[in-house]
Amino acid sequence: MSSHYEAPIREPLVLGDKSYHDISVDVGAPVLGKANKSWWIVFTISLIAFLWGLGCIIYTVSTGIGVWGLNKTIGWAWDITNFVWWVGIGHAGTLISAVLLLFRQKWRMAVNRSAEAMTIFAVVQAGLFPIIHMGRPWLAYWVLPIPNQFGSLWVNFNSPLLWDVFAISTYLSVSLVFWWTGLLPDFAMIRDRTNSPFQKKIYSILSFGWSGRVKDWQRFEEVSLVLAGLATPLVLSVHTIVSFDFATSVVPGWHSTIYPPYFVAGAIFSGFAMVQTLLIIMRKVSNLEDYITVLHIEYMNKVILLTGGIVTVAYLIEYFIAWYSGVPYENYAYLSFGAATGPYWWAFWALIICNLIVPLSLWVKKLRRNIVWTFIVALIINIGMWFERFDIIVVDLSKDRLTSSWAMFQPTFVDIGTFMGTIGFFFVLFLLYARTFPVIAQAEVKTILKSSGASFKRLRAVHGDDHSHVQTVEEYPADAGPAANILDKNFESPFNSSSEDVEKNSVDFEKDKGKIDSLLNAIGTFNPDTETQDDLKKINGVGPVMEQKLHQLGIFTFDQVSRMTDREYDLLDEIISEFPGRAKRDDWAGQALILKNKN
Amino acid sequence: MASKKIHAIYTDDDLLMQAVKQTRAANYHISEVFTPFPVHGLDHAVGLAATRIAITSFLYGLVGLSFAVWMMNYIMIEDWPQNIGGKPSFTFYQNMPAFIPIMFELTVFFAAHLMVITFYMRSKLWPFKKAENPDLRTTDDHFLMEVEADNHDVEILTKFLYDTGASEISLIENEQDH
Repeated sequence: MSSHYEAPIREPLVLGDKSYHDISVDVGAPVLGKANKSWWIVFTISLIAFLWGLGCIIYTVSTGIGVWGLNKTIGWAWDITNFVWWVGIGHAGTLISAVLLLFRQKWRMAVNRSAEAMTIFAVVQAGLFPIIHMGRPWLAYWVLPIPNQFGSLWVNFNSPLLWDVFAISTYLSVSLVFWWTGLLPDFAMIRDRTNSPFQKKIYSILSFGWSGRVKDWQRFEEVSLVLAGLATPLVLSVHTIVSFDFATSVVPGWHSTIYPPYFVAGAIFSGFAMVQTLLIIMRKVSNLEDYITVLHIEYMNKVILLTGGIVTVAYLIEYFIAWYSGVPYENYAYLSFGAATGPYWWAFWALIICNLIVPLSLWVKKLRRNIVWTFIVALIINIGMWFERFDIIVVDLSKDRLTSSWAMFQPTFVDIGTFMGTIGFFFVLFLLYARTFPVIAQAEVKTILKSSGASFKRLRAVHGDDHSHVQTVEEYPADAGPAANILDKNFESPFNSSSEDVEKNSVDFEKDKGKIDSLLNAIGTFNPDTETQDDLKKINGVGPVMEQKLHQLGIFTFDQVSRMTDREYDLLDEIISEFPGRAKRDDWAGQALILKNKN
Repeated sequence: MASKKIHAIYTDDDLLMQAVKQTRAANYHISEVFTPFPVHGLDHAVGLAATRIAITSFLYGLVGLSFAVWMMNYIMIEDWPQNIGGKPSFTFYQNMPAFIPIMFELTVFFAAHLMVITFYMRSKLWPFKKAENPDLRTTDDHFLMEVEADNHDVEILTKFLYDTGASEISLIENEQDH
C-alpha cells in the first residue's frame, strides 16, 4: 500500500516493533499500573510547595498587597513577571497542537497531549496572579461586563488589561475544549482496557461514551482541523494582547511597537523549553522513549533555535533603538548600556546569557540531540525567560523619569513563596495528569505508525514501497494477504450449515474423549462452585465461536489457558481442527497469564 | 422488526479498507464501522457524505462577531460613553480600533465552543453517555464492520466476509426496531 509511503530519509517517529496493540498497552500502562516511588517523592515536594504558596496567597489576601515588596516606584514586580512568564509557557501547547497540525507535522502526535496539558496548567497559574493582585479577589467578577449596581458603569473596553481578560479566558477555554476533544478516544481506550470497575466508571464518564464510529471520526478530524485553524491566530493574539499591557503605555522601555511579535516568539521559546523540561523526564519515568524519541527532542530544539533567534534579533533592535533614539530616559530601559552597567546589571546579563548565548549551542547537531544537554538548556531558558519579564517590568520601572523616585525592588518571602507555590501547583497538576490521563494521543500515533514506525520503514526498505502493510492476520487464509482470500475458494465457513446454530458447531465428544481428558488433566479442570469463569474473548485470537468451543471442552478460565504448552496446543488443534497452529502463534498461554495476573 | 446484522472484525486498517470496498462493491449495506483511530479515506469508502461542521463553525463565528459589535456599541457608545485616554467615543466606527481584540476573541470563542458543542450533540457524546462500541477491542487494535443481513443469505454473506479477511464474524439479532 503506497498510501503509507514516507521518504526513507526521514527517521522513524515510533521506535521498536510496535503494533497497534502495543501502543495501547504502552500508553495505558502509567494509568493502569501503580505509581512508583519517585512519583510519590516528586508529588510530595510539589504538594508542599503548593501548600506553602497557598499559605502565602491567603496571607496576601487577608493582610493586603503591602506584604509584597512593591514600592511607590515599582508597582508591578514579581506578580506580573510571573503572570507573563506562565502565560508565555502556555503558548507551546497550542502551537504544537494547532500550528503543527496545520502544517501536518507527524511528530506532533507524540507530544501534543502533554504540551496541551502543560498549556492549560500554566494558564491556570498565570490567571492566579492578576486575580491576587486585585487585592480583593472575591470581586474578580467586576472585570466582566455585567450590569451592576453602580448605574451602568461598564468595564473599560479601551484598556488592554480588559482585552487580556477576554484573550486569556478565551485561550484557556478553547485550549481546554481542544484538549478534551482529542482525549475522548484515548479515554475510551483506557475505559475498554481497564479491569477495575471504578476506573471503568470514571473513564466512561470522561470519554463521553466515545464509540469510534466512522462518522464520529470524520467529524472529529474536521473539528480538530477547524479548532487548529481557530487556535493558531488565537495563540498569536493572546501574547500580542499581553504585550499591549506594556506597549500601549508611555513608560520608556515599555512603549515599543516591536513588542507583539517579539513577545509571541519569546512565549513560544519559553513554552518549548518547558515542554522539553517536562517531556524529557516523563519519557523516562513513563517508559515512553519509543514514542518521544531523540528526533522529537531535536525538532523541538529547532523550534527553540528559531524562536530564540527571533528573540535575539528583537533584543538587539531594542538595544540599538534605545541608543539611537538619543532620549536619555531610554538609556535606563531594560536593554541599554545603562541597564547593563547599572544596579540591575545581574538581571541584564542573566537575560543575555540565558536567552541569547546558551541556546546558540543548539546549532551543533550533537548537542541538539544530546538529551542531558537539552534538559540543561531548557532549564536555563526557563530561567532566562523569567528574567526577561523581570527586566522588562522591574528594570524599566526602577529608573523612571523622575530621578528622585528611582528605587530598587526587594522581594519579600511572600513574593517568593507565591511564585514557588505556583510552580508546585503546576507540578501537582502535571503529575496527577501523568498518572490518570493517556499522556500520548495514542489514536493519532496509531495513524502514523505505518508511515513513520521503525518496523514499517524497515519493511519498506527490505520489500519495496508497495509491499503490503497488513499486520499479521489471525486466520487462514487472510494470512497470505487480503488479495489471496478472494482467489482461494477452498475455504470452509466456521458456521457449518446453518450459521447461528452453535450446537452444530459442537465438538465430537465421543471421538475425542481421550484427548479432551488428557488436555484437561494437563491444564486443570474448572470447578464452577469455587471459580468464576473469565471472558476468554479477551485473548487475542479467541472469538465468540472459539470461546464457545473452549467452553464445551471445559476450559473457562485464564488460569487453565495459561498452563497450555506445545503438547496441549497440539491436542487442541486435533480436537478443534479449524484453526491449526493458531493458539500457538498467538501465544494464548502467554496472553492468558497476563490477563490472569491483571484480575 | 427484528433486524439481523453481521459484525465482522478485522485486525488491520488496510484490510478493513479493502473489505469495505469489496463489501460495497458486492452491494451489501455497511451500516456502521467502528475503528480505534481515524482511518484515512474510510468515510469516503463507506460512502458517508462530507461533514458540514466546519460551515457551522463559520456561522457561529459570525454570530460571535455580531455579538461583539453589538456589545461594544451598546456599552461603550450608547449606554455610557466616556472619554478614556482620548480615544474617541462619539461613534462606533471611530472607537472601533480599540475593540478589534475583543471582536476577534469573541469570534473565536463562539466559533470554537459552539462548533464543539454541535459536534458533541450530533455524535451524541456527553458525560454519562454509555459507549456503544459492540466490542471492547475496537478502541484498541480491532476494526469492526457492521453489515445488514436482513435480506441476505447469512451463510453466503458470512463466507463473503470471511473471504475479505475478517478474523471474527458474529451474527447479531436486534429485537427492537430502529
